[in-house]
Parts: sequence; C-alpha cells; structure tokens
Amino acid sequence: MSAKNPEYDFKWCPGCGDFGVRRALEGAIERRRVDMELPIENNVVVAGIGCSGNLVHLIEGPQPYGFHGIHGRSLPIAMGIKMGRPDLNVVVVAGDGDFLSIGMEHIAPQAARNLDVTAVIMDNGVYGLTKGQSSPTTVSGHVTSTTPYGKVEDVTYPLRLYLTMGVSFVASGISSKVKDLSQLITDAMNHRGFSIVHVQSPCTTYNDTYELLKGNVKKGIDPVAWDLPDDYDPTDIEAAHKTVNSDGVPLGTIFRDDQRSSFDQRIAAIAEKAKPRAVDKVIASYSI
Amino acid sequence: MKKNDFAVRFAGEGGQGVVTSAEGYAQAATGVGYHVQTFAIFPSQIMGGPTWTQTRISTSKVLSFGDELDVLVAFNQEAYESHRDQVTEGGVIIYNSEGFELDSGGKSFGMPFDELAKSTGNTRAANMVVMGALAFLVNMPQSILEQFVAARFTRGRPNDEEIIQSNIRALTLGRNEAARSGFRLEELAPPQMPEGEQILVNGNVAVALGAYAAGIEAFIGYPISPASSILIWMEQRLVGPGRFAYQATSEIESINAVLGASYAGKKAMTATSGPGLSLMGEGLGLAWMAELPLVVVNVQRGGPATGLPTKTEQSDLMIALYPAHGDIRMPVIAPGNVEECFHGAIAAINWAERYQGPVILLSEHALSERQQNIAKPDPSKLAIEDRQVYRGANGFQRYESSELMPMPVPGHAGSYVANGSEHDGVGDTTHLGDRHIQMTNRRFGKLKLLEDGTYESSNSAASIAIMPWGGSKDPALEAYRRLAEEGEDLAWLYTMFLNPIPPALLDELRQKELVLVPELNYQGQWSSVLRSQGVKAESITQYAGLPFKVKDLAKRISDRVRIERKEGVPAV
Repeated sequence: MSAKNPEYDFKWCPGCGDFGVRRALEGAIERRRVDMELPIENNVVVAGIGCSGNLVHLIEGPQPYGFHGIHGRSLPIAMGIKMGRPDLNVVVVAGDGDFLSIGMEHIAPQAARNLDVTAVIMDNGVYGLTKGQSSPTTVSGHVTSTTPYGKVEDVTYPLRLYLTMGVSFVASGISSKVKDLSQLITDAMNHRGFSIVHVQSPCTTYNDTYELLKGNVKKGIDPVAWDLPDDYDPTDIEAAHKTVNSDGVPLGTIFRDDQRSSFDQRIAAIAEKAKPRAVDKVIASYSI
Repeated sequence: MKKNDFAVRFAGEGGQGVVTSAEGYAQAATGVGYHVQTFAIFPSQIMGGPTWTQTRISTSKVLSFGDELDVLVAFNQEAYESHRDQVTEGGVIIYNSEGFELDSGGKSFGMPFDELAKSTGNTRAANMVVMGALAFLVNMPQSILEQFVAARFTRGRPNDEEIIQSNIRALTLGRNEAARSGFRLEELAPPQMPEGEQILVNGNVAVALGAYAAGIEAFIGYPISPASSILIWMEQRLVGPGRFAYQATSEIESINAVLGASYAGKKAMTATSGPGLSLMGEGLGLAWMAELPLVVVNVQRGGPATGLPTKTEQSDLMIALYPAHGDIRMPVIAPGNVEECFHGAIAAINWAERYQGPVILLSEHALSERQQNIAKPDPSKLAIEDRQVYRGANGFQRYESSELMPMPVPGHAGSYVANGSEHDGVGDTTHLGDRHIQMTNRRFGKLKLLEDGTYESSNSAASIAIMPWGGSKDPALEAYRRLAEEGEDLAWLYTMFLNPIPPALLDELRQKELVLVPELNYQGQWSSVLRSQGVKAESITQYAGLPFKVKDLAKRISDRVRIERKEGVPAV
C-alpha cells in the first residue's frame, strides 16, 4: 500500500531477491483478477515476520487485503481466513526463518488438511531483518553472527520436507526469473489444496547466493539451480522424490496431486451432512 | 418441621457410577420442581482413581453445593474413610457392603450395590439401587424416580421396556434395604416449583449455549481440562453453511486461526484453560493490536504449569487481564454461577464485536462441572450485537480516527492490513512516536464503550463490603446472608464485569473503609487489582483446589470484621 506512503520507512536492500518475488506475486494476482474477473479485494496476503513479510506493505497498484501477524503463525491465520471465507484467494508470504524454524509445526497439519492456501516462501538462508543469524536453510558450518564457529546443525531440505509431509503442490523457483516464478505462483493458486512455492530469494547483504545459484561462466562456476526437463511428470511421486533428493536446486513444479479434496471442501461436506438446529431448539433440549 | 435442603455426596472410584448417580439424582429432583446444584471432583485419568460428586437439592435457589452432608454414599472403604467426617449430626452413610463390612451401629448401613443390581437382571443398575434408598430416606415418592427412569431409558430401542423395568426393580430393592435399616431423615419439604420454565445445565454448557445464542460462527479449540466439553459441544452443534467448529493442533494454532476467522468477518471464539491461555498470549496481543473481535473462554484450573487439571482455582485473573507483552489490558467477564455463564458468554461476544477487540470470559472448574437449574432463556429477548461492517469505497483508513470505525471485510472494497506492528490508518507499519501515542490512546479509549456492565449492591450504607468475584460469588452470598441474619452490618457488592469495572460500582467501592474479597488464589489477585484502582481491598484466600465452604468463609469474614471494629476475635 506503500510505495507512496511517506510514513512507511521500510526498505529492502538493493538487489534483494524479494523485489522479484513481489513482482511475480503482483503479476499472478493481476492475472487472476483479469482471468477470473474477481476483484482485487478477493485476495488476502498473510505475511510472516521478517524482510519477506514486508512484501504485504510494498505491493504496488490496486491493493489486496493484508494481514501482517506474528512471527511463525501465518499458516494458522490463513487457515482461519480460509475457513471463514472459502471463496477468498489466500496467499502466505514468509521467509525461511519464519516458515521453517518458528513456524515449522504448522506445515504438516495444513498438509494433512490440504488447506487451499498458497505459501510463497522467500528462502535466503539467513535471518536478514535481525541482521544475519543462522536459519534452518543456512548451510552447515557457515559462519553467522550466532554461529561464530560455524553452523552446528545440518542444513534443512525444505522441498524434501514438504513432499514427505504430504503437501499436495510443491514448486521451486528463483527470484531472478520473475516470469517463470509468476507462472508457478499462478499454477499454485489455481491448485485446489495446499501449495508451496519455495523461492530462492538471495540476501545481498548477509548471504548473497546469486552467483552460486546462477553460476558464472567467466569464473567457471556451474549453476546450482537447474530446470526440470520438459517431459517431467509432476504427478509422479517417485520422480518427485528423486528430484528433491538430487543435488542442486530444481526449478519448476516438482509435485502436484489434484485428486485430494481440499480442507474447505471437507468442511463443506460436513455442513451438508449436518442438521443445524435453531437456538430455541438447542436450549429446549436441556428443559427439565 | 420439614427439611428445606438436602445434600448427598457420592464417593468411590471412577467408573463405579458415582457421576451418573449424582446427575440422575439431580435430574430427578429438578424434574419435580426442586432447585439443585451439583459439584464434582474427578481424578485426571480415564478410569479409576478416587472421585466424588455432590448434589444439593432445595426448595429455594441453591447458592453453594453444601458444606455438610445429610447422606454419604460410599462405593468403597476408602471413600467411607475419607468422607465420613463430613456427615452432619443425624445424617446417614450408605455403603457398599460387598467391598467391606462395618460393625453395626453408628449412622451407617450397608447394602450390596452390585449384587442387588444383578438380581434385577441389569448389572448396570447399581446407581438405581442407591437412588431408591436415598428416596426412602427423605421420603421422596418413588413415582418421581420412576418417571425419571422411564424418560431416561426411552431411547427407541426394542429393549427399552425391559431396561426400564429392571431399573425400577432396582429402585424398589434399594428402597426396601433403606426401610429395613431403620434410618430415616427429616422429611424433605415438598418442592415449590421455580417460576417459569427451567433448564438443567452445567457451566460449560451454559457458556456454549450463550455463545450459540449470540450467533457464534467460528469455534476453533484444542482439548484441555476442564474446557474440552465446550469444544465437544461446538463440534456437535456449530455446523451448517457459514459456520463451523474445529479441533486445532495446539492453542497457538487455535488463537491464530480464530484471529483469521474474525478478520474474515466471523463471530469467532475459542475455549481453553490456564496452560492454553499462556500459549495464546501472543495471539491475544495481536488481536488487541490489530483490533480484531474474538472471545477466549478460559476455564480456570489449579496452576501453574500443568498444576491441578481437575481442581478449581481463581488464579488466572492477572493473565486474563494481561496475557501478552506490551501496553494491553483485556476486557474480562467472570461469571459467578451457571446462569451468569450463559449471559456472560453473550456479553463477551457483544463486547468483542462492539469494541472490535479480544474479550476474555473467565470461568472456572467449579462452574464448568456444576449442574444447576436456571431459568430457560428466551432467545427473542436477548440483546445480540453484530459487527459494524464497512460498505464504502476503497481508500478507507480503518484505524485513522480516534472514534471506532466500521470494519472492512475481505472480498469487499476497503482493503487494509491487519497489522501486529504499530501502524497507520490503513495498517501499514510505522515507527513514529506520535503514531504510537495516537494508536495506544485509541486502543485504550475504546474500552469506554464497555462501561455498561451491571452490578449488585445491597445494604450500601455499610462501611465494610464483601466483594467476591467469579465462582466464589454464590458461597460468599450464602455466607453474607447468614452473617446478615446474625445482625452483621455489611454491604454486598458484586459484578461479573471485572474490566472495565462499572464506573458507578468503582465509586461505591472507593467509599468503603474495607472491602473483603473472598478468592481462590494465594496472592489475592482481585484485591490487588482493586487496590491499584484506589479501593481499600483485602483478600480472604483459599488455594486447596476446592470452592469455599460457606461455614468457613462466614467465620473468616466475621473474624476479620471484628478485628476491623476492634472487637476482638473469639477463641476457636
């Protein structure tokens, strides 16, 4: 809401990957508005806490609804919104610290429910806003302000986790390929169920991984990120497991299962079966 | 002279029929027009463990569950040993002679509960044997119990009649045993039908019914004693288009999902107990900051940590007022009895929607399990408030004015950010000091909208007042009335609206030379809150996991009043 709001003084650092993610998300929301003829107010962006969460204030143009809650709890908030209003398009924007550290406990339950929400995760492998502490996706041994002798833990592999937890749509993107990313987010939004688009979104200040991800021919560095082949079948769970267990960062839709009913469909099915009773009838059931 | 009042305690192991006996007895008694109240103590385990329930029936409104027992029904020896001392002079103990035998004499008689049940062909009718004996002791007509049995076991199954007849045989056997014992209590005076239709509910059901009547649409909770029965109630009944109840994976998930549902336009609520409220703290701070209406029911148990999950205490007042970091002070409504659980739930939802923020409904274990007859509410006479919804164009500044503005709903024009960071009019984050001042003033200023709480005041000229809160209300009222009958000149002040406290009540409180606060916690939480508001308040505390006994409380009040009046306290 805020490009022109003088009071809002938050800025992403120059070159931050989150700029690209924001453009990709804006594009996906705009495409949805045009294609489905739904007003922009039908979209709700639920933000985590961190650099990435500030995306909700930095969207340009027509404004969706926003919810900037507390650290790690964007998924439960999104669940409540979606349960209350299944017709809304609910998008979570959060970082690796918010989503995979403090918020980790909320991913598996949403996978089991198949909550129809799209989570766009901006992974920069570090806590940026609090100035450079170790996160779950920081590589083992890496020196940060809280790991002066190198990170003690092994690195977390988010894509493997999502797949194992039963997330019904798993995609992987990179912030520098805005057009591809926007398409992944659109596909995720159109998927009826829980979708995660996990985005490599480098932090130019504390963990600049652009070169690592994209490679550098002059320096002889091979890119870590690689595109899924054209004939890749995302409905094949075995292929998906192979993909997330292979080296590097695969880019594209890794897995999707469109057969499972979504959480709101399950709740609606209960509502259809149930016989709600009027207040006076319920009270009368306790008559002496 | 006939007895107006009769208290019976059923004590034994979990699973022996202790609870069904007490509840059945309460239902039978209310069915013919007595007033009734039950109280229960359970161990925190599925089967077994010492448990007891108590039913007090009376010809007038019952305020407490009764200090002294007219009858003790002991299902085993341990129960007999533990509770025998509380049987009054002239009272009777009925014990299960299968487990143990006592010397004859005294005030006890034994009968083989299960053996008698077995002889009726229905091994599950032991509680009916007991009820038959009880009815004889107080001269309650058997027809009342037979009606109750017929109503309870008419379930549309082919063997209904067979089960009803075996239960009636069990009643008769118990009756005969009691007659043979030679014991007889004073006859219970005939019931005086309460005015108007009555319902029999416990505190948690009353809370759920109140919320249902207030139009609750979203309930998300996590199982915890003693609040789970509200979740279960909602799961069964809050169904249908546009509304739902759901079991979350934790209290953290519950509160945040409730926040989301409220933001999406729903009347939303959760219910928990102490440990859950601790986990909900940050979410409640967010509700306060983002100005989202919701109700958290906290059914207090003994604390801290896991504490005493199945015992009662009033030790969550401070966390109810201040559940999160930062400058906050939650509206708190603490019902004092089962009827107030119903009306308190409605008031809590009305308040939340009116001032667009979180409200805590502070109940407690003793209320949650207490069955009590209350006047049957007429839904058409209840004042239900709905949220003011914004229906204008985009560009709306929900938080800009110091006045409360209508709330936009996603899906319609008026988009804003519900923000837990300090924010400007549209909800964008800000760090400006002036903004923080403006918004903090706005958030506290809204509490003025909630100063419409009612309160009780009697004998207001007296300089010393009794002011309990929550579930200590009714035992304190009974003690107050006893003392008044004895000529003690005391004022009675009470409200379930603890924050904001009704301003006229606060004025009255400030004029008192001493305000005595009976409350179930160590530190005297409510008196300390009152002192911080300029009231000369002092607590009478108890923290044994049980409600006050009227007799003890009356004595403690009386002793303290004598000291205040420099009259000296009589030696015990």
